[in-house]
Amino acid sequence: MSSTSITKSPSALAVSAAATHPSPLGNILTIAKRELAGYFASPVAYVFIVIFLLLAGFFTFMVGGFFERGEASLVSFFVWHPWLYLFLVPAVGMRLWSEERRAGTIELLLTMPVTAWQAIVGKFLASWLFLALALALTFPLVFTVLYLGHPDLGVIFCGYVGSLLMAGAYLAVSCMTSALSRSQVVSFIVSVVVCLFLILAGWPPVTNMLVQWAPPWLVDGVAGFSVMPHFEGFQRGVLDSRDALFFLSVMVFSLFTTGVIIRSHRAG
Amino acid sequence: MIKVENLIKAFGPKLAVNGVSFTVERGEVLGFLGPNGAGKSTTMRMVTGFIPPTSGRVAVGGHDMVEDPLPAKRLIGYLPENAPAYTDMTVAGFLGFAAELRGLRGEAKRQAVNRVVETCFLEGVLYQSVDTLSKGYRHRTCLAQAIIHDPEVLVLDEPTDGLDPNQKHEVRTLIRRMGEHKAILFSTHILEEVDAACTRAIIIDRGQVVANGTPQELRQRSDVAGAVSLRVQGAAGPVVAEKVRQLPTVRKSVVLKEEGATVWARAYPQAQARDGEVEQSLFQLAVRENWKLGELHVEEGRLDEVFRAITMPDTGRAEKEVTRA
Repeated sequence: MSSTSITKSPSALAVSAAATHPSPLGNILTIAKRELAGYFASPVAYVFIVIFLLLAGFFTFMVGGFFERGEASLVSFFVWHPWLYLFLVPAVGMRLWSEERRAGTIELLLTMPVTAWQAIVGKFLASWLFLALALALTFPLVFTVLYLGHPDLGVIFCGYVGSLLMAGAYLAVSCMTSALSRSQVVSFIVSVVVCLFLILAGWPPVTNMLVQWAPPWLVDGVAGFSVMPHFEGFQRGVLDSRDALFFLSVMVFSLFTTGVIIRSHRAG
Repeated sequence: MIKVENLIKAFGPKLAVNGVSFTVERGEVLGFLGPNGAGKSTTMRMVTGFIPPTSGRVAVGGHDMVEDPLPAKRLIGYLPENAPAYTDMTVAGFLGFAAELRGLRGEAKRQAVNRVVETCFLEGVLYQSVDTLSKGYRHRTCLAQAIIHDPEVLVLDEPTDGLDPNQKHEVRTLIRRMGEHKAILFSTHILEEVDAACTRAIIIDRGQVVANGTPQELRQRSDVAGAVSLRVQGAAGPVVAEKVRQLPTVRKSVVLKEEGATVWARAYPQAQARDGEVEQSLFQLAVRENWKLGELHVEEGRLDEVFRAITMPDTGRAEKEVTRA
């Protein structure tokens, strides 16, 4: 090999001395940066963004009747988001941990001087940021309604905040299911099912089914998991901290469970 | 630097690692030998903190791996089995990522990357994506990641697996050189590597340490260690064997091979035979019998034989009992 010694030469000592212990935030950012770059290194990111924008446009204009409503609002845009995210968010989140486990890089990552939660948060933030970017690219819609009339920008802003929070909640669920399996396909399917439950939990056919035999507290409990009522507030332009808290607690719970799952894999 | 005490790992009812203890000090290269599935990788994963032990203790540089993992992990560079790397990154990007997680930023990071790129011969592929690399390059990329922070402790799981003979030689040389100042634990199932790079070796079998010593010490456990091999012309094989066996210093003799008029035989010395006695008596025998003596040498003992004797349940049970005692 080369004559350059990698043992304790003076320059090597300088390298060791230059190494500072990175803060937890530093580690999270390093991991998030890598993960985000990972999306754009493959066609996945571009395919996702294009499909997201096409579908969002299709539902807004063709299905939602954007023009027929005769009002300058983005209601017909936001109303489809729970359904759009149902398939698209798991597609973004499915690789987070499945891929690490399949490729064995999880062994590299978790033997680095980082904690598991730093890795989990870093990876989650990266994909959330990616979703935020996709969502931000719908900005021409905002300009469209601004051109057409005088929309309530506060309502639109609320819609975006709610949509982003909902995407984060779905994503955290995908992150959790992604830790369950080495297979991205399995993690995608499980994630879609769980997210579908989050959508349908408060839907009358579901609650009616429960009402027959379940005690009222269980019916209310199940219905309480529904994302729909919480997202509706945002769509109407109501920034209710309880709604935000709901989405945030889904995220915290799911990410915490991700950590438990990863720990249990390692414990064997 | 590495201190492992009574390490146990159970996967369900199966004990993958069962009471392994060893230490590796600075300046030592400890070879970790064993058949596939012996528990080498599992032990290394516990040493590096990837999986927690069921019981037992791992300390690196005095830091307990379970209680205080981050300071312990900072000291370690780790090359996992199969050399995993993020396939969607370039080599430069991957090494930069590893450097950042090791706390190297800016100029220090640039220098560290340059240093390992030079050490591991990665200049040619620096901006190539990891998934387009050949196995040898990928392995070296992962090795480069392990040494990027010039760690005091190196844990390498089969570092020469999948490399061509030249690359194997380079990696062994590198390990030996780094071992002068670091504590290195590396696993292999290639026995020549033990001679080439280790100061000490451990043989592990079914989760337990069955031998621990310098390569020289291990070799001496071999049956043939101390036996004298000879090549003569002038008599038939059975005759040679019989005459040799009749020498007072010889316990047992075997004919290894007979080809035309040439006989290869081996004499096993009596336990009380002194150094050089067997060779001398064989030489005198050959002179007396008027054999043409072509070769006469003392066997050093062979690691692969020791390895087989220790790790195969049916052959060499006696050997096993000796080592367990």
